[in-house]
Amino acid sequence: MRADAPEIDSWLERLPLIARDLLAGRLPEPWRWLAQSLVAIAVLLAAFGLLFALLTLAERKVLGRIQNRPGPNRVGWGGILQPFADGIKMLTKEDIVPRSADRLLHFLAPVALVSLSLLSLAVIPYGRRLLPLDLDSGVLYFFAASASSELAVFMAGWAGRNKYSLLAAMRALAQLISYELPLLLSVVPVVMIAGTLRPSEIVEAQSGWTIGILPHWHVLTPWGFAGFAIFMVAALAESNRSPFDLPEAESELIAGHLTEYSGFKYALFFMAEYFAMCALSGMAVTLFLGGWQAPFAALQFVPSYAWFAIKLLVLLLGFIWIRATLPRLRIDQLMRLAWKFLVPLALINLLTAAFWHLSAGWAMGAQPLRWGLALALVAVPFVLIGRGLSAGLGPRTYRYAAQ
Amino acid sequence: MNITLVILGTVTVVSGATALSLRNIVRSVLLLVVSWFGIAALFLWAGAEFAAFAQALVYGGAVSMVVLFAVLLTRRNHLDATVPPPPPGRLLGALIAGGAVAGIIAATVIRTPFELANDEAPSLPVRRLGTLLMGPQLAALLVAGVLLTAALLGAVVIAAGRKDDKEGAP
Repeated sequence: MRADAPEIDSWLERLPLIARDLLAGRLPEPWRWLAQSLVAIAVLLAAFGLLFALLTLAERKVLGRIQNRPGPNRVGWGGILQPFADGIKMLTKEDIVPRSADRLLHFLAPVALVSLSLLSLAVIPYGRRLLPLDLDSGVLYFFAASASSELAVFMAGWAGRNKYSLLAAMRALAQLISYELPLLLSVVPVVMIAGTLRPSEIVEAQSGWTIGILPHWHVLTPWGFAGFAIFMVAALAESNRSPFDLPEAESELIAGHLTEYSGFKYALFFMAEYFAMCALSGMAVTLFLGGWQAPFAALQFVPSYAWFAIKLLVLLLGFIWIRATLPRLRIDQLMRLAWKFLVPLALINLLTAAFWHLSAGWAMGAQPLRWGLALALVAVPFVLIGRGLSAGLGPRTYRYAAQ
Repeated sequence: MNITLVILGTVTVVSGATALSLRNIVRSVLLLVVSWFGIAALFLWAGAEFAAFAQALVYGGAVSMVVLFAVLLTRRNHLDATVPPPPPGRLLGALIAGGAVAGIIAATVIRTPFELANDEAPSLPVRRLGTLLMGPQLAALLVAGVLLTAALLGAVVIAAGRKDDKEGAP
Protein backbone atom coordinates (compact mmCIF):
# COMPACT_ATOMS: atom_id res chain seq x y z
CA MET A 1 0.00 0.00 0.00
CA ARG A 2 1.32 3.38 -0.96
CA ALA A 3 1.61 6.23 1.44
CA ASP A 4 2.12 9.41 -0.55
CA ALA A 5 0.58 12.64 0.68
CA PRO A 6 -2.36 13.64 -1.49
CA GLU A 7 -4.14 16.92 -0.97
CA ILE A 8 -7.43 15.24 -0.13
CA ASP A 9 -6.78 13.06 2.87
CA SER A 10 -9.79 12.86 5.15
CA TRP A 11 -10.15 10.30 7.92
CA LEU A 12 -12.65 8.46 5.72
CA GLU A 13 -9.95 8.06 3.11
CA ARG A 14 -7.58 6.60 5.66
CA LEU A 15 -10.21 4.52 7.45
CA PRO A 16 -9.26 1.16 5.91
CA LEU A 17 -5.60 1.71 6.72
CA ILE A 18 -6.41 2.73 10.29
CA ALA A 19 -8.50 -0.41 10.70
CA ARG A 20 -5.70 -2.53 9.27
CA ASP A 21 -3.10 -1.00 11.57
CA LEU A 22 -5.35 -1.60 14.56
CA LEU A 23 -5.32 -5.27 13.64
CA ALA A 24 -1.72 -5.67 12.58
CA GLY A 25 0.12 -2.74 14.13
CA ARG A 26 0.82 -4.30 17.51
CA LEU A 27 2.91 -7.09 16.09
CA PRO A 28 6.73 -6.88 16.00
CA GLU A 29 8.34 -5.79 12.73
CA PRO A 30 9.01 -9.04 10.81
CA TRP A 31 5.47 -10.24 11.48
CA ARG A 32 3.74 -6.97 10.75
CA TRP A 33 4.32 -7.21 7.03
CA LEU A 34 2.91 -10.72 6.96
CA ALA A 35 -0.08 -9.71 9.06
CA GLN A 36 -0.78 -6.72 6.84
CA SER A 37 -0.69 -8.90 3.75
CA LEU A 38 -2.96 -11.46 5.37
CA VAL A 39 -5.41 -8.72 6.35
CA ALA A 40 -5.41 -7.46 2.76
CA ILE A 41 -6.04 -10.98 1.46
CA ALA A 42 -8.81 -11.61 3.98
CA VAL A 43 -10.50 -8.30 3.15
CA LEU A 44 -10.30 -9.04 -0.58
CA LEU A 45 -11.77 -12.51 -0.10
CA ALA A 46 -14.52 -11.26 2.19
CA ALA A 47 -15.43 -8.25 0.05
CA PHE A 48 -15.50 -10.11 -3.25
CA GLY A 49 -17.12 -13.18 -1.68
CA LEU A 50 -19.95 -10.99 -0.43
CA LEU A 51 -20.07 -9.12 -3.71
CA PHE A 52 -20.35 -12.49 -5.48
CA ALA A 53 -23.30 -13.49 -3.31
CA LEU A 54 -25.08 -10.18 -3.81
CA LEU A 55 -24.27 -10.11 -7.53
CA THR A 56 -25.94 -13.47 -8.13
CA LEU A 57 -29.01 -12.07 -6.41
CA ALA A 58 -28.80 -8.77 -8.31
CA GLU A 59 -28.40 -10.65 -11.57
CA ARG A 60 -31.46 -12.80 -10.94
CA LYS A 61 -33.47 -9.82 -9.77
CA VAL A 62 -32.47 -7.59 -12.69
CA LEU A 63 -32.98 -10.37 -15.22
CA GLY A 64 -36.36 -11.00 -13.66
CA ARG A 65 -37.35 -7.36 -13.89
CA ILE A 66 -36.21 -7.15 -17.51
CA GLN A 67 -38.18 -10.30 -18.33
CA ASN A 68 -41.22 -8.98 -16.47
CA ARG A 69 -41.19 -11.37 -13.52
CA PRO A 70 -40.32 -10.72 -9.86
CA GLY A 71 -37.20 -12.91 -9.53
CA PRO A 72 -36.33 -14.66 -6.25
CA ASN A 73 -38.44 -13.11 -3.48
CA ARG A 74 -39.07 -15.80 -0.88
CA VAL A 75 -35.96 -16.15 1.30
CA GLY A 76 -35.45 -13.23 3.63
CA TRP A 77 -36.76 -9.73 3.03
CA GLY A 78 -37.64 -9.54 -0.66
CA GLY A 79 -35.25 -12.39 -1.43
CA ILE A 80 -32.11 -10.82 0.02
CA LEU A 81 -31.04 -14.07 1.72
CA GLN A 82 -31.46 -16.15 -1.45
CA PRO A 83 -27.70 -16.44 -2.20
CA PHE A 84 -27.04 -17.81 1.28
CA ALA A 85 -29.83 -20.35 0.93
CA ASP A 86 -28.30 -21.32 -2.41
CA GLY A 87 -24.89 -21.63 -0.77
CA ILE A 88 -26.25 -24.01 1.86
CA LYS A 89 -28.02 -25.99 -0.84
CA MET A 90 -24.82 -26.28 -2.88
CA LEU A 91 -22.77 -27.31 0.14
CA THR A 92 -25.13 -30.07 1.15
CA LYS A 93 -25.56 -31.54 -2.32
CA GLU A 94 -23.88 -34.79 -3.24
CA ASP A 95 -20.60 -34.43 -5.09
CA ILE A 96 -20.86 -36.76 -8.07
CA VAL A 97 -17.79 -37.77 -10.06
CA PRO A 98 -18.48 -39.86 -13.19
CA ARG A 99 -16.90 -43.31 -13.06
CA SER A 100 -14.86 -42.84 -16.23
CA ALA A 101 -13.80 -39.29 -15.40
CA ASP A 102 -10.21 -38.23 -14.94
CA ARG A 103 -10.61 -37.87 -11.19
CA LEU A 104 -7.55 -35.73 -10.56
CA LEU A 105 -8.31 -33.17 -13.28
CA HIS A 106 -12.00 -33.27 -12.40
CA PHE A 107 -11.08 -32.14 -8.91
CA LEU A 108 -8.33 -29.73 -9.92
CA ALA A 109 -10.33 -27.77 -12.49
CA PRO A 110 -12.67 -25.80 -10.18
CA VAL A 111 -9.89 -25.25 -7.65
CA ALA A 112 -7.51 -23.93 -10.30
CA LEU A 113 -10.22 -21.75 -11.81
CA VAL A 114 -11.14 -20.02 -8.54
CA SER A 115 -7.54 -19.56 -7.40
CA LEU A 116 -6.45 -18.16 -10.77
CA SER A 117 -9.34 -15.72 -10.91
CA LEU A 118 -8.58 -14.61 -7.36
CA LEU A 119 -4.94 -13.94 -8.25
CA SER A 120 -5.87 -11.22 -10.70
CA LEU A 121 -7.75 -9.27 -8.03
CA ALA A 122 -4.49 -8.52 -6.24
CA VAL A 123 -3.07 -5.77 -8.46
CA ILE A 124 -6.13 -3.58 -8.92
CA PRO A 125 -5.89 -0.22 -7.11
CA TYR A 126 -9.16 -0.07 -5.19
CA GLY A 127 -8.50 3.34 -3.72
CA ARG A 128 -5.90 6.03 -3.26
CA ARG A 129 -4.29 3.97 -0.53
CA LEU A 130 -5.92 0.61 -1.11
CA LEU A 131 -3.57 -1.33 -3.30
CA PRO A 132 -2.94 -4.89 -2.15
CA LEU A 133 0.05 -5.44 -4.42
CA ASP A 134 1.91 -2.65 -6.25
CA LEU A 135 3.83 -4.37 -9.04
CA ASP A 136 5.98 -2.61 -11.60
CA SER A 137 4.46 -4.77 -14.33
CA GLY A 138 1.07 -5.16 -12.69
CA VAL A 139 -0.94 -4.96 -15.90
CA LEU A 140 1.08 -7.83 -17.33
CA TYR A 141 0.60 -9.80 -14.10
CA PHE A 142 -3.14 -9.26 -14.33
CA PHE A 143 -3.41 -10.68 -17.81
CA ALA A 144 -0.98 -13.51 -17.06
CA ALA A 145 -3.15 -14.55 -14.14
CA SER A 146 -6.45 -14.27 -15.95
CA ALA A 147 -5.30 -15.86 -19.22
CA SER A 148 -4.60 -19.17 -17.55
CA SER A 149 -8.15 -19.51 -16.30
CA GLU A 150 -9.39 -20.86 -19.61
CA LEU A 151 -6.98 -23.73 -19.09
CA ALA A 152 -9.07 -24.70 -16.08
CA VAL A 153 -12.24 -24.57 -18.19
CA PHE A 154 -10.55 -26.92 -20.62
CA MET A 155 -9.54 -29.25 -17.76
CA ALA A 156 -13.14 -29.30 -16.55
CA GLY A 157 -14.46 -30.05 -20.01
CA TRP A 158 -11.95 -32.75 -20.73
CA ALA A 159 -11.96 -34.48 -17.36
CA GLY A 160 -15.67 -35.28 -17.45
CA ARG A 161 -15.31 -37.67 -20.43
CA ASN A 162 -18.49 -36.33 -21.88
CA LYS A 163 -19.08 -35.20 -25.45
CA TYR A 164 -20.88 -32.03 -24.45
CA SER A 165 -18.18 -31.11 -21.98
CA LEU A 166 -15.46 -31.70 -24.53
CA LEU A 167 -17.25 -29.57 -27.11
CA ALA A 168 -17.42 -26.86 -24.48
CA ALA A 169 -13.70 -27.24 -23.84
CA MET A 170 -12.95 -26.84 -27.55
CA ARG A 171 -15.20 -23.81 -27.77
CA ALA A 172 -13.59 -22.30 -24.70
CA LEU A 173 -10.12 -22.72 -26.19
CA ALA A 174 -11.13 -21.24 -29.54
CA GLN A 175 -12.81 -18.35 -27.81
CA LEU A 176 -9.86 -17.59 -25.59
CA ILE A 177 -7.32 -17.71 -28.40
CA SER A 178 -9.50 -15.35 -30.41
CA TYR A 179 -10.35 -12.80 -27.75
CA GLU A 180 -7.05 -12.69 -25.90
CA LEU A 181 -5.61 -10.72 -28.80
CA PRO A 182 -8.13 -7.82 -28.93
CA LEU A 183 -8.16 -7.70 -25.12
CA LEU A 184 -4.40 -7.20 -24.95
CA LEU A 185 -4.29 -4.94 -28.00
CA SER A 186 -6.91 -2.64 -26.48
CA VAL A 187 -4.74 -2.24 -23.39
CA VAL A 188 -1.56 -1.41 -25.29
CA PRO A 189 -2.63 2.22 -26.12
CA VAL A 190 -3.20 2.89 -22.41
CA VAL A 191 0.27 1.60 -21.60
CA MET A 192 1.69 3.65 -24.48
CA ILE A 193 0.06 6.90 -23.35
CA ALA A 194 0.59 6.43 -19.62
CA GLY A 195 4.10 5.11 -20.22
CA THR A 196 3.90 2.53 -17.47
CA LEU A 197 2.64 -0.97 -16.68
CA ARG A 198 2.00 -0.11 -13.03
CA PRO A 199 -1.77 0.13 -12.39
CA SER A 200 -1.43 2.83 -9.73
CA GLU A 201 0.55 5.06 -12.12
CA ILE A 202 -2.02 4.50 -14.86
CA VAL A 203 -4.65 5.81 -12.44
CA GLU A 204 -2.42 8.77 -11.57
CA ALA A 205 -2.03 9.52 -15.28
CA GLN A 206 -5.80 10.07 -15.48
CA SER A 207 -5.94 12.56 -12.62
CA GLY A 208 -7.01 16.17 -13.03
CA TRP A 209 -10.01 17.94 -14.49
CA THR A 210 -10.60 20.51 -17.20
CA ILE A 211 -12.50 23.41 -15.61
CA GLY A 212 -13.30 21.13 -12.69
CA ILE A 213 -15.96 19.04 -14.38
CA LEU A 214 -14.30 17.18 -17.26
CA PRO A 215 -12.10 14.40 -15.87
CA HIS A 216 -8.99 13.36 -17.79
CA TRP A 217 -10.09 9.76 -17.99
CA HIS A 218 -8.87 7.73 -20.90
CA VAL A 219 -12.39 6.81 -21.93
CA LEU A 220 -13.06 10.48 -22.76
CA THR A 221 -10.48 10.50 -25.56
CA PRO A 222 -11.14 9.02 -29.02
CA TRP A 223 -8.61 6.20 -28.67
CA GLY A 224 -9.67 5.57 -25.09
CA PHE A 225 -13.31 5.24 -26.02
CA ALA A 226 -12.53 2.79 -28.80
CA GLY A 227 -10.16 0.89 -26.52
CA PHE A 228 -12.75 0.76 -23.75
CA ALA A 229 -15.41 -0.60 -26.11
CA ILE A 230 -13.04 -3.27 -27.48
CA PHE A 231 -11.87 -4.13 -23.98
CA MET A 232 -15.40 -4.59 -22.69
CA VAL A 233 -16.46 -6.78 -25.62
CA ALA A 234 -13.36 -8.92 -25.22
CA ALA A 235 -13.86 -9.00 -21.45
CA LEU A 236 -17.38 -10.32 -21.95
CA ALA A 237 -15.93 -13.07 -24.12
CA GLU A 238 -13.07 -13.81 -21.71
CA SER A 239 -15.39 -14.27 -18.77
CA ASN A 240 -17.71 -16.52 -20.82
CA ARG A 241 -20.60 -14.17 -20.23
CA SER A 242 -23.61 -13.85 -22.47
CA PRO A 243 -23.67 -13.22 -25.44
CA PHE A 244 -20.37 -15.12 -25.58
CA ASP A 245 -21.40 -17.96 -23.28
CA LEU A 246 -20.92 -20.58 -25.98
CA PRO A 247 -18.78 -22.85 -23.79
CA GLU A 248 -21.65 -23.35 -21.37
CA ALA A 249 -24.62 -22.74 -23.67
CA GLU A 250 -27.39 -24.32 -21.56
CA SER A 251 -29.76 -24.77 -24.45
CA GLU A 252 -27.41 -26.56 -26.83
CA LEU A 253 -24.59 -28.04 -24.75
CA ILE A 254 -26.51 -28.71 -21.52
CA ALA A 255 -24.19 -26.27 -19.73
CA GLY A 256 -21.02 -27.59 -21.42
CA HIS A 257 -18.10 -28.04 -19.09
CA LEU A 258 -20.43 -27.85 -16.09
CA THR A 259 -22.39 -30.93 -17.19
CA GLU A 260 -20.52 -33.39 -14.99
CA TYR A 261 -20.23 -31.14 -11.96
CA SER A 262 -22.55 -30.99 -9.02
CA GLY A 263 -22.67 -29.57 -5.55
CA PHE A 264 -20.05 -27.16 -4.39
CA LYS A 265 -17.71 -27.72 -7.32
CA TYR A 266 -20.51 -26.43 -9.53
CA ALA A 267 -20.83 -23.38 -7.28
CA LEU A 268 -17.08 -22.81 -7.51
CA PHE A 269 -17.37 -22.38 -11.27
CA PHE A 270 -19.93 -19.67 -10.79
CA MET A 271 -17.82 -18.05 -8.12
CA ALA A 272 -14.88 -18.00 -10.51
CA GLU A 273 -17.01 -16.52 -13.28
CA TYR A 274 -18.13 -13.66 -11.05
CA PHE A 275 -14.61 -13.10 -9.71
CA ALA A 276 -13.29 -12.93 -13.26
CA MET A 277 -16.07 -10.51 -14.17
CA CYS A 278 -15.22 -8.32 -11.18
CA ALA A 279 -11.50 -8.46 -11.95
CA LEU A 280 -11.94 -7.54 -15.61
CA SER A 281 -14.38 -4.75 -14.73
CA GLY A 282 -11.98 -3.52 -12.09
CA MET A 283 -9.18 -3.48 -14.65
CA ALA A 284 -11.44 -1.63 -17.11
CA VAL A 285 -12.16 0.97 -14.42
CA THR A 286 -8.44 1.28 -13.71
CA LEU A 287 -7.35 1.53 -17.33
CA PHE A 288 -10.10 3.63 -18.86
CA LEU A 289 -12.48 5.06 -16.25
CA GLY A 290 -9.92 6.84 -14.10
CA GLY A 291 -9.69 4.18 -11.39
CA TRP A 292 -10.57 5.65 -8.01
CA GLN A 293 -10.63 9.26 -9.25
CA ALA A 294 -13.75 11.32 -8.65
CA PRO A 295 -15.66 12.44 -11.76
CA PHE A 296 -15.77 16.09 -10.61
CA ALA A 297 -13.19 18.03 -8.66
CA ALA A 298 -15.90 19.14 -6.24
CA LEU A 299 -16.74 15.54 -5.35
CA GLN A 300 -13.30 14.62 -4.05
CA PHE A 301 -14.52 14.57 -0.47
CA VAL A 302 -16.13 11.20 -1.20
CA PRO A 303 -13.50 8.56 -0.41
CA SER A 304 -11.70 7.17 -3.43
CA TYR A 305 -12.65 3.54 -2.78
CA ALA A 306 -16.32 4.55 -2.92
CA TRP A 307 -15.80 5.94 -6.42
CA PHE A 308 -14.09 2.75 -7.44
CA ALA A 309 -16.96 0.69 -6.05
CA ILE A 310 -19.55 2.83 -7.85
CA LYS A 311 -17.78 2.50 -11.19
CA LEU A 312 -17.28 -1.23 -10.68
CA LEU A 313 -20.95 -1.76 -9.87
CA VAL A 314 -22.06 0.25 -12.89
CA LEU A 315 -19.91 -1.92 -15.16
CA LEU A 316 -21.17 -5.12 -13.52
CA LEU A 317 -24.77 -3.99 -13.97
CA GLY A 318 -23.89 -3.34 -17.60
CA PHE A 319 -22.73 -6.97 -17.88
CA ILE A 320 -26.08 -8.13 -16.46
CA TRP A 321 -28.04 -5.82 -18.72
CA ILE A 322 -26.19 -7.15 -21.77
CA ARG A 323 -26.95 -10.71 -20.68
CA ALA A 324 -30.64 -9.90 -20.61
CA THR A 325 -30.58 -8.12 -23.95
CA LEU A 326 -28.40 -9.94 -26.48
CA PRO A 327 -28.91 -13.46 -27.84
CA ARG A 328 -26.00 -15.88 -27.91
CA LEU A 329 -23.65 -15.73 -30.92
CA ARG A 330 -22.96 -18.66 -33.19
CA ILE A 331 -19.39 -19.97 -33.09
CA ASP A 332 -18.60 -18.66 -36.59
CA GLN A 333 -20.02 -15.25 -35.72
CA LEU A 334 -17.91 -15.26 -32.58
CA MET A 335 -14.75 -15.98 -34.55
CA ARG A 336 -15.57 -13.44 -37.25
CA LEU A 337 -16.27 -10.74 -34.69
CA ALA A 338 -12.89 -11.30 -33.07
CA TRP A 339 -10.61 -11.74 -36.06
CA LYS A 340 -12.23 -9.58 -38.72
CA PHE A 341 -13.61 -6.79 -36.57
CA LEU A 342 -12.07 -6.38 -33.14
CA VAL A 343 -8.46 -7.18 -34.01
CA PRO A 344 -8.25 -4.75 -36.98
CA LEU A 345 -10.01 -2.04 -34.96
CA ALA A 346 -7.63 -2.60 -32.05
CA LEU A 347 -4.63 -2.35 -34.37
CA ILE A 348 -5.96 0.88 -35.89
CA ASN A 349 -6.57 2.12 -32.36
CA LEU A 350 -2.83 1.76 -31.75
CA LEU A 351 -2.28 4.23 -34.59
CA THR A 352 -4.92 6.56 -33.14
CA ALA A 353 -3.19 6.48 -29.77
CA ALA A 354 0.18 7.13 -31.40
CA PHE A 355 -1.29 10.12 -33.26
CA TRP A 356 -2.87 11.37 -30.02
CA HIS A 357 0.45 11.07 -28.23
CA LEU A 358 2.42 12.83 -30.98
CA SER A 359 -0.13 15.64 -31.37
CA ALA A 360 -0.25 16.37 -27.64
CA GLY A 361 1.73 19.56 -28.13
CA TRP A 362 -0.55 21.10 -30.73
CA ALA A 363 -1.69 24.66 -30.10
CA MET A 364 -5.12 25.45 -28.66
CA GLY A 365 -6.46 26.46 -32.06
CA ALA A 366 -5.45 23.14 -33.60
CA GLN A 367 -7.24 21.12 -30.93
CA PRO A 368 -10.51 20.75 -32.90
CA LEU A 369 -8.45 19.41 -35.81
CA ARG A 370 -6.69 16.97 -33.47
CA TRP A 371 -9.99 15.74 -32.06
CA GLY A 372 -11.55 15.55 -35.50
CA LEU A 373 -8.68 13.53 -36.96
CA ALA A 374 -8.58 11.16 -33.99
CA LEU A 375 -12.35 10.69 -34.04
CA ALA A 376 -12.21 10.02 -37.77
CA LEU A 377 -9.45 7.44 -37.17
CA VAL A 378 -11.82 5.68 -34.77
CA ALA A 379 -15.14 6.07 -36.53
CA VAL A 380 -14.28 5.61 -40.22
CA PRO A 381 -12.67 2.13 -39.87
CA PHE A 382 -15.51 1.11 -37.54
CA VAL A 383 -18.14 2.01 -40.12
CA LEU A 384 -16.17 0.66 -43.09
CA ILE A 385 -15.25 -2.71 -41.53
CA GLY A 386 -18.73 -3.06 -40.07
CA ARG A 387 -20.33 -2.36 -43.46
CA GLY A 388 -17.94 -4.79 -45.13
CA LEU A 389 -18.74 -7.56 -42.68
CA SER A 390 -22.48 -7.14 -42.89
CA ALA A 391 -22.50 -6.78 -46.70
CA GLY A 392 -24.80 -9.33 -48.31
CA LEU A 393 -26.61 -9.93 -45.04
CA GLY A 394 -29.86 -8.26 -45.95
CA PRO A 395 -32.79 -7.84 -43.65
CA ARG A 396 -33.88 -11.20 -42.32
CA THR A 397 -36.85 -12.82 -44.00
CA TYR A 398 -39.01 -15.20 -42.02
CA ARG A 399 -39.94 -17.94 -44.44
CA TYR A 400 -41.85 -20.18 -42.08
CA ALA A 401 -43.15 -17.82 -39.47
CA ALA A 402 -46.25 -15.76 -40.02
CA GLN A 403 -45.49 -12.18 -41.04
CA MET B 1 22.40 -23.73 -2.30
CA ASN B 2 19.16 -21.86 -2.15
CA ILE B 3 16.24 -24.03 -1.02
CA THR B 4 13.69 -22.12 -3.15
CA LEU B 5 15.79 -22.65 -6.23
CA VAL B 6 16.05 -26.38 -5.52
CA ILE B 7 12.30 -26.75 -5.02
CA LEU B 8 11.39 -24.72 -8.12
CA GLY B 9 13.98 -26.48 -10.25
CA THR B 10 12.82 -29.90 -9.09
CA VAL B 11 9.18 -29.08 -9.82
CA THR B 12 10.07 -27.75 -13.28
CA VAL B 13 12.32 -30.65 -14.28
CA VAL B 14 10.21 -33.42 -12.76
CA SER B 15 6.96 -32.18 -14.30
CA GLY B 16 8.68 -31.72 -17.65
CA ALA B 17 10.19 -35.22 -17.54
CA THR B 18 6.88 -36.77 -16.44
CA ALA B 19 5.14 -34.94 -19.27
CA LEU B 20 7.51 -36.60 -21.73
CA SER B 21 7.00 -40.08 -20.32
CA LEU B 22 3.20 -40.05 -19.98
CA ARG B 23 1.14 -41.80 -22.63
CA ASN B 24 -1.95 -39.68 -22.02
CA ILE B 25 -1.23 -36.69 -24.18
CA VAL B 26 -3.64 -34.23 -22.52
CA ARG B 27 -2.11 -34.92 -19.14
CA SER B 28 1.31 -34.42 -20.73
CA VAL B 29 0.29 -30.97 -21.94
CA LEU B 30 -1.09 -30.00 -18.55
CA LEU B 31 2.10 -31.17 -16.84
CA LEU B 32 4.08 -29.19 -19.39
CA VAL B 33 2.06 -26.15 -18.33
CA VAL B 34 3.13 -26.83 -14.74
CA SER B 35 6.71 -26.93 -15.96
CA TRP B 36 6.27 -23.59 -17.77
CA PHE B 37 4.84 -22.03 -14.63
CA GLY B 38 7.84 -23.44 -12.79
CA ILE B 39 10.09 -21.55 -15.19
CA ALA B 40 8.03 -18.42 -14.60
CA ALA B 41 8.49 -18.91 -10.86
CA LEU B 42 12.24 -19.28 -11.40
CA PHE B 43 12.26 -15.94 -13.23
CA LEU B 44 10.31 -14.41 -10.36
CA TRP B 45 12.77 -15.88 -7.87
CA ALA B 46 15.62 -14.35 -9.86
CA GLY B 47 13.96 -10.93 -9.69
CA ALA B 48 12.99 -10.81 -13.37
CA GLU B 49 9.38 -9.80 -12.76
CA PHE B 50 8.61 -8.84 -16.33
CA ALA B 51 10.06 -12.02 -17.82
CA ALA B 52 8.14 -14.11 -15.29
CA PHE B 53 4.77 -12.58 -16.11
CA ALA B 54 5.49 -12.64 -19.82
CA GLN B 55 6.38 -16.33 -19.51
CA ALA B 56 3.15 -17.06 -17.61
CA LEU B 57 1.07 -15.04 -20.06
CA VAL B 58 2.59 -16.39 -23.26
CA TYR B 59 3.20 -20.01 -22.26
CA GLY B 60 0.56 -20.59 -19.60
CA GLY B 61 -2.10 -18.54 -21.33
CA ALA B 62 -1.50 -18.77 -25.06
CA VAL B 63 0.90 -21.56 -26.06
CA SER B 64 -0.86 -24.10 -23.84
CA MET B 65 -4.16 -23.24 -25.53
CA VAL B 66 -2.67 -23.70 -28.98
CA VAL B 67 -1.08 -27.03 -28.03
CA LEU B 68 -4.31 -28.34 -26.48
CA PHE B 69 -6.29 -27.17 -29.48
CA ALA B 70 -3.91 -28.95 -31.83
CA VAL B 71 -4.11 -32.12 -29.74
CA LEU B 72 -7.89 -32.13 -29.71
CA LEU B 73 -8.20 -31.34 -33.40
CA THR B 74 -5.85 -34.15 -34.45
CA ARG B 75 -7.35 -36.94 -32.30
CA ARG B 76 -9.72 -39.24 -34.10
CA ASN B 77 -11.45 -40.27 -30.90
CA HIS B 78 -11.60 -37.12 -28.84
CA LEU B 79 -12.09 -38.83 -25.53
CA ASP B 80 -9.17 -41.19 -26.00
CA ALA B 81 -5.99 -39.17 -25.71
CA THR B 82 -3.44 -41.95 -25.29
CA VAL B 83 -0.58 -42.32 -27.74
CA PRO B 84 1.26 -45.60 -28.43
CA PRO B 85 4.94 -45.75 -27.47
CA PRO B 86 7.13 -44.56 -30.36
CA PRO B 87 8.94 -47.07 -32.59
CA PRO B 88 12.70 -47.49 -31.88
CA GLY B 89 13.75 -45.65 -35.04
CA ARG B 90 11.80 -42.55 -34.08
CA LEU B 91 13.07 -42.76 -30.53
CA LEU B 92 16.65 -42.81 -31.82
CA GLY B 93 16.00 -39.85 -34.13
CA ALA B 94 14.43 -37.91 -31.28
CA LEU B 95 17.39 -38.71 -29.03
CA ILE B 96 19.89 -37.53 -31.66
CA ALA B 97 17.98 -34.33 -32.47
CA GLY B 98 17.27 -33.55 -28.83
CA GLY B 99 20.84 -34.37 -27.85
CA ALA B 100 22.18 -32.07 -30.56
CA VAL B 101 20.01 -29.17 -29.41
CA ALA B 102 20.88 -29.80 -25.77
CA GLY B 103 24.57 -29.98 -26.71
CA ILE B 104 24.45 -26.67 -28.58
CA ILE B 105 22.65 -24.96 -25.73
CA ALA B 106 24.99 -26.43 -23.11
CA ALA B 107 28.06 -25.45 -25.14
CA THR B 108 26.72 -21.91 -25.54
CA VAL B 109 25.98 -21.60 -21.84
CA ILE B 110 29.41 -22.92 -20.88
CA ARG B 111 31.32 -20.79 -23.37
CA THR B 112 29.48 -17.56 -22.64
CA PRO B 113 31.30 -15.51 -20.03
CA PHE B 114 28.72 -14.48 -17.44
CA GLU B 115 29.35 -11.57 -15.17
CA LEU B 116 28.87 -12.95 -11.69
CA ALA B 117 26.00 -11.11 -10.09
CA ASN B 118 26.43 -9.66 -6.65
CA ASP B 119 24.18 -10.83 -3.84
CA GLU B 120 21.69 -8.09 -4.67
CA ALA B 121 19.54 -8.98 -7.68
CA PRO B 122 19.57 -6.08 -10.12
CA SER B 123 16.12 -4.53 -10.35
CA LEU B 124 15.24 -3.34 -13.81
CA PRO B 125 12.12 -1.23 -14.15
CA VAL B 126 9.85 -2.18 -17.03
CA ARG B 127 10.31 1.23 -18.58
CA ARG B 128 14.08 0.77 -18.87
CA LEU B 129 13.59 -2.76 -20.13
CA GLY B 130 11.38 -1.37 -22.88
CA THR B 131 13.88 1.27 -23.92
CA LEU B 132 16.65 -1.33 -23.94
CA LEU B 133 14.61 -3.73 -26.07
CA MET B 134 13.56 -1.03 -28.50
CA GLY B 135 16.98 0.63 -28.63
CA PRO B 136 20.29 -1.25 -28.34
CA GLN B 137 18.72 -4.74 -28.45
CA LEU B 138 16.37 -4.02 -31.35
CA ALA B 139 18.39 -6.11 -33.82
CA ALA B 140 18.30 -9.18 -31.56
CA LEU B 141 14.57 -8.72 -31.05
CA LEU B 142 13.97 -8.53 -34.80
CA VAL B 143 16.16 -11.57 -35.47
CA ALA B 144 14.23 -13.57 -32.89
CA GLY B 145 10.96 -12.42 -34.42
CA VAL B 146 12.03 -13.37 -37.95
CA LEU B 147 13.26 -16.76 -36.70
CA LEU B 148 9.94 -17.47 -35.01
CA THR B 149 8.00 -16.39 -38.10
CA ALA B 150 10.13 -18.71 -40.23
CA ALA B 151 9.46 -21.55 -37.79
CA LEU B 152 5.74 -20.81 -37.93
CA LEU B 153 5.76 -20.82 -41.74
CA GLY B 154 7.70 -24.09 -41.69
CA ALA B 155 5.12 -25.62 -39.38
CA VAL B 156 2.32 -24.50 -41.70
CA VAL B 157 4.15 -26.00 -44.70
CA ILE B 158 4.68 -29.30 -42.90
CA ALA B 159 1.09 -29.41 -41.70
CA ALA B 160 -0.40 -28.51 -45.08
CA GLY B 161 1.98 -30.68 -47.12
CA ARG B 162 0.06 -33.97 -47.17
CA LYS B 163 -2.82 -33.42 -49.54
CA ASP B 164 -3.54 -37.07 -50.38
CA ASP B 165 -4.46 -37.93 -46.79
CA LYS B 166 -7.53 -40.00 -46.05
CA GLU B 167 -10.77 -38.31 -44.95
CA GLY B 168 -10.49 -35.75 -47.75
CA ALA B 169 -9.39 -32.15 -47.71
CA PRO B 170 -10.95 -29.97 -45.04
